[in-house]
Amino acid sequence: MLEIKNLHVSVGDKEILKGLTLSIKAGEVHAIMGPNGSGKSTLSYVLAGRAGYDITEGSITYNGEDLVALAPEVRAAKGVFLAMQYPVEIPGVTTMMFLKTALNSQRRARGESDLDAVAVLKLVRAKAKTLNVSEEMLKRALNVGFSGGEKKRLEILQMALFEPKLAVLDETDSGLDIDALKLVAEGVNALRDPSRAMLVITHYQRLLDYIVPDRIHVLARGRIVAEGGKELALELEAKGYEHILKEPA
Amino acid sequence: MSIAAETKTQVAEIGDKYKYGFVTDIEMEMAPKGLSEDTVRYISAKKGEPEWMLEWRLAAFKRWGAMKEPNWARVHYPRIDYQNSYYYAAPKNTPLKQSLDEVDPKLLETYKKLGIPLQEQMALAGVAVDAVFDSVSVATTFKDKLNEAGVIFCPISEAIRDYPDLVKKYLGTVVPVTDNFFATLNSAVFSDGTFVYVPKGVRCPMELSTYFRINASETGQFERTLIVADEGSYVSYLEGCTAPKRDENQLHAAVVELVALDNAEIKYSTVQNWYPGDENGLGGIFNFVTKRGDCRGKKSKISWTQVETGSAITWKYPSCILRGDESVGEFYSIAIANNYQQADTGTKMIHLGANTRSRIISKGISAGKAQNTYRGLVSIYGKAKNARNYTQCDSLLIGGDCGAHTVPYIESRNPTARIEHEATTSKIAEDQLFYCLARGIPQDEAVSLIVNGFCKEVLQQLPMEFAVEAQKLVGISLEGSVG
Repeated sequence: MLEIKNLHVSVGDKEILKGLTLSIKAGEVHAIMGPNGSGKSTLSYVLAGRAGYDITEGSITYNGEDLVALAPEVRAAKGVFLAMQYPVEIPGVTTMMFLKTALNSQRRARGESDLDAVAVLKLVRAKAKTLNVSEEMLKRALNVGFSGGEKKRLEILQMALFEPKLAVLDETDSGLDIDALKLVAEGVNALRDPSRAMLVITHYQRLLDYIVPDRIHVLARGRIVAEGGKELALELEAKGYEHILKEPA
Repeated sequence: MSIAAETKTQVAEIGDKYKYGFVTDIEMEMAPKGLSEDTVRYISAKKGEPEWMLEWRLAAFKRWGAMKEPNWARVHYPRIDYQNSYYYAAPKNTPLKQSLDEVDPKLLETYKKLGIPLQEQMALAGVAVDAVFDSVSVATTFKDKLNEAGVIFCPISEAIRDYPDLVKKYLGTVVPVTDNFFATLNSAVFSDGTFVYVPKGVRCPMELSTYFRINASETGQFERTLIVADEGSYVSYLEGCTAPKRDENQLHAAVVELVALDNAEIKYSTVQNWYPGDENGLGGIFNFVTKRGDCRGKKSKISWTQVETGSAITWKYPSCILRGDESVGEFYSIAIANNYQQADTGTKMIHLGANTRSRIISKGISAGKAQNTYRGLVSIYGKAKNARNYTQCDSLLIGGDCGAHTVPYIESRNPTARIEHEATTSKIAEDQLFYCLARGIPQDEAVSLIVNGFCKEVLQQLPMEFAVEAQKLVGISLEGSVG
């Protein structure tokens, strides 16, 4: 489903990703682990299409299509979703209003008809329940005054609502206590599906206790330096990143 | 048509975001070009006015001759040649009083195109409309139903003839003839506008609305509106404005006076969408307007809500004189300036009575190369014990070539006054835009969503019927503003 080959990405004059190669099939959950500054968030932004990240070399293919050529909103409509590390606040726009606008924008781009307010509300309510997102939260302005846990739960709610084919979760565990983490992980696990690929980006092994990946890639200095099964996470936890970074990639 | 010319036309059509820019082809009757005592007499005669009204106009005209155009606002424009304009333009064969059936179908068609159906559809919306086309009112709906409630809602030219005592009692008492250059000019040459009188204890049974349309070229529109809410009454009034696209600048110098007596409340909303000029700053309306409300009675309340998206230049400060004890003044404003538009707008809250309260919420949005200024005065007089004011001015910048300016004046002559002022300036953050894009919301829609969120407190003040329209307008005015 996702094919990244020899990806080089610069921000301004600085090269962040230096030849990253990665491949994910439908139904798989991959994790990317790495120390701070290794380029994890850059990768997530490049996949979502954020401006300011220049691809100088390499390619990203999504379902056989050149992902780089697509505008971010087109990627979303085609099923690419990024759960952000720092969800932004939009004052004055209720969460419900935002969800409806986003959902219908994606539907319109796919040539589907708009859902009316009642239909969206019904859909959102059904998904909100399992993620413990309250009615009251849906009425508040998007992410304004939300706790860290609330923000992350809302990201997962959007993932459930948009039903993406490729979901990238950027540090979804950051800022969460253990209960909040479990809730979010359950939400993610419920969305595991043979037709869906997931890329879980994290600094800590902790999240991978709850979202167990099929494959783990270690990202350091802009490249994948190690790969393995889920046991790799435990090794990293025990020995730290330094240990792996010392070995030649 | 050559291919080049055709392409040009097509491109122009694509770029045409101002959908009210058409011209209605209708035979007009115009006053001779230019401004003189004769012009004033011509207008007065056309309106079939009594002698006292003519005298009033002539006095204003004399006074105007000795006045200077103000230059303190943060707006720049070429000198206006007051002799190179028409001061009266009316569709031919407009009888003085008429029912909707007698109105020229071309005019009805025009208003339909503008989304203001004057006929049966409006009945469903339950809004009474007075339609002013250039210098004359062409139709007023729901008169009978309003008459039943005792509410007078008619063109001001008609009120001068039919209700001279009421007009004499209130006209010019809020905005005196000598008030300022543009108001004095208006007093001399005003053509039409709306008059509303709500009698004691009456809650006006429906929203009242005036729709102003400039159609004729090289013509100024000088409308005059007077609303009087007698003791214990309530009225909600909304005005909308549009004009054709033209390369020239056209002057719109209106005067609006509101009077609220004891326990009366007036809610006045404006959705101003005059032609703003093109993306290079060519053409557009000069909107130089004096609007003022007098809370003359105890516990009276006047609330201004304005959504200003149009005009090349906006110079407008809807104000409240809080004369009655415990009276309340409110000003809710959204001013959007895009491309080369200039807006200098705000309010004055003059606290004269004890325990008077005022509230100012201003949202200024600048994009393109536009300049947007909030200019406001909160003045607490010596006798205004325990007066309170709360002011909040928020500015939003889109792109790096526009400007936002906040110029608040605060004067207090009473130590018991409590005045709060908050101001913020922000940019549409790149991360907000990216968040929307990444969730599938296209750029223009994302800007519209963010800006509407920014303006929410003001949009909420609009009557339901118009809030949706205003939200769309906010989006359209900023289309393509993020490169």
